[in-house]
Amino acid sequence: MISRRDFLQVSMAASALVGASGFGNWSRLAAQQALTQDQLLEFDTFGNLTLIHITDIHAQLMPIYFREPEVNLGIGAAKGQMPHVTGADFRRFYGIEDGSPSAYALTYNDFSSLARAYGRVGGMDRVATVVNAIRADRPDALLLDGGDTWHGSYTCFHTEGQDVVNVMNALKPDAMTFHWEFTLGTDRVTELVESLPFASLGQNIFDAEWDEPSELFKPYKFFERGGVKVAVIGQAFPYMPIANPGWMFPEFSFGIREENMQAMVDEVRAEGAEVVVVLSHNGFDVDKKMAGRVTGIDVILSGHTHDALPEPVLVEQTYVIASGSNGKFVSRVDLDIRDGRMMGLKHKLIPIFSDVIAPDPQVTALINAQREPHVDQLREVIGRTADDALLYRRGNFNGTWDDLICDALISERDADIAMSPGVRWGPSILPGQEITREDIWNVTSMSYGAAYRTEMTGEFLHVVLEDVGDNLFNPDPYYQQGGDMVRVGGLGYRIDVTKPQGERISDMTLLKTGEKIDPAKNYVVAGWASVNEGTEGPQIWDVVENHIRKLGTVNVTPNTSVEVVGA
Amino acid sequence: MDFSRRDTLGLALGAAALTVLPFRVNAAAEDRIAEFTGGADMGEGGLTLTAPEIAENGNTVPIEVSAPGATAILVLAMGNPTPGVAQFNFGPLAAAQSASTRIRLAGTQDVVAIAKMADGSFVKASSTVKVTIGGCGG
Repeated sequence: MISRRDFLQVSMAASALVGASGFGNWSRLAAQQALTQDQLLEFDTFGNLTLIHITDIHAQLMPIYFREPEVNLGIGAAKGQMPHVTGADFRRFYGIEDGSPSAYALTYNDFSSLARAYGRVGGMDRVATVVNAIRADRPDALLLDGGDTWHGSYTCFHTEGQDVVNVMNALKPDAMTFHWEFTLGTDRVTELVESLPFASLGQNIFDAEWDEPSELFKPYKFFERGGVKVAVIGQAFPYMPIANPGWMFPEFSFGIREENMQAMVDEVRAEGAEVVVVLSHNGFDVDKKMAGRVTGIDVILSGHTHDALPEPVLVEQTYVIASGSNGKFVSRVDLDIRDGRMMGLKHKLIPIFSDVIAPDPQVTALINAQREPHVDQLREVIGRTADDALLYRRGNFNGTWDDLICDALISERDADIAMSPGVRWGPSILPGQEITREDIWNVTSMSYGAAYRTEMTGEFLHVVLEDVGDNLFNPDPYYQQGGDMVRVGGLGYRIDVTKPQGERISDMTLLKTGEKIDPAKNYVVAGWASVNEGTEGPQIWDVVENHIRKLGTVNVTPNTSVEVVGA
Repeated sequence: MDFSRRDTLGLALGAAALTVLPFRVNAAAEDRIAEFTGGADMGEGGLTLTAPEIAENGNTVPIEVSAPGATAILVLAMGNPTPGVAQFNFGPLAAAQSASTRIRLAGTQDVVAIAKMADGSFVKASSTVKVTIGGCGG
């Protein structure tokens, strides 16, 4: 059941708010040992406007397994605040029973056994069923896609995003914002955006040369729904040219552009908007900070940091809603808009249990059509996981998938040290499961996947770890980029997350010899996903495939090479 | 081996630019402030400094200053070897007391703007701009 404390928090803030969510149902369902599509979709239609939010799909058209993080540290004011609560603490906060469907969907514990009980999650044909069911209740519901949609799979790579565009278009979104889409390059992203039958939004997407709003992306769009004038303002990922290779889209500039966001909110209010929704790819902590500084936003649909929260978080007068990633969740948000203002909100984070929600046959056929030309490549089995080996990625430090990728880099590229980017996408593989080529691409696919091999001094390695550490652990959310810590293989270190940049990382050790890293000495480093133009090397998915093929069966050993203090 | 010379060079340049973080305040910056204000106290408000939180390219960082009623605005990059960026003077016929330009930042540091108002008082605004290697967005 929804905890009383949470309910009070929400209801005090907006007295008109009714019944915070349908989330409590899940625990009951667990007790009944029965989970049906009707129960997952159960929702008493509320108010006069419905928003449907999906974000960070990362091209996962098919059902997958996805383990939520064990370690997701909040720094400064965010410490111990959602979404920086995991595992048992998370379940306690929301009153979720151990072993329940919601425990499986939202926390990491007992993941392998719960995954066997509850099955895969996601699949855009299941998402289509949910969207259609909501539209049956509320035909003019707005479907809003938070971005990171056209990236992250074998078929997405080979069709340069066309497979996902074709499938998403069948769901008929009303608007979208962006992040990884830009790594398709300016020409391709422009071509796709111009083809879309819905709005492409980003108030913070600017022309780099003139520092003026981009002509291709509009800051906002008005919709008339349920007799209400709705303004949806887009907020693309602010740090695109920093976190991703800016040379692939040099025509564009981003940034948070808080002052322009305020100007856009004021502008749409002046034009008669009765409710202002921000479709954001800021990341949750950035959205929280923005919600506290920009006035006049009713709802922020938050993406980028892949958090899945069963309740909205209220900041001042703004509700921030986090809808997970990889097609695992859809958020339904019903709003009561009267007399030009929001009088109430009702929300449900709907988990897409693939075995419970029936696929939409038309979208299944469409997905199959995208996969058909590649199906032999996709299905080829490269290896398997050992009976006790779970491969997952999410977490602030190393995940087992990243350990495997780092092992592959060290072994295949003959390196002392491996570095793998701290991205938050990539499904999990259960113990004793076959690993197909598709699975490998799901955790490695990108347009800049070359696996470099180079030499770095110990001093530079330290600078890299400090730099990435500050992108994650800077106490001011506006200076966070929203990824996790760079994953390392062959290198141990200690990190004090409470310290300022330059002082967080210590005790760097070369694991193969046990020696301290010498600042002046050169080490051979293999890595991938460099943002530098002209990076050379084999593609990372080939490196990992070769490694897994040699291993046959993948074992996982506990990674104790990173010591975290101050958490 | 696919060792890339170009990569190594790129990384080495990055290293040179990023070994000291954040950049310390250059003493010359304090001198320049004292010269501009004559040592007067600086208030807050009435001056807007708009700068990115994280620079997309430290070599060309767009900034904007605006202070209605100001007669001059001084802009300093506090950690640069040469901190002085610009001084914008506004005559009585100036339609708006605002200006935008692009500045070069040697590393993470505070950008400071100080406006001299028509009554001779001074106001200050400051913004930290981070210069980073980047490359790990989720």
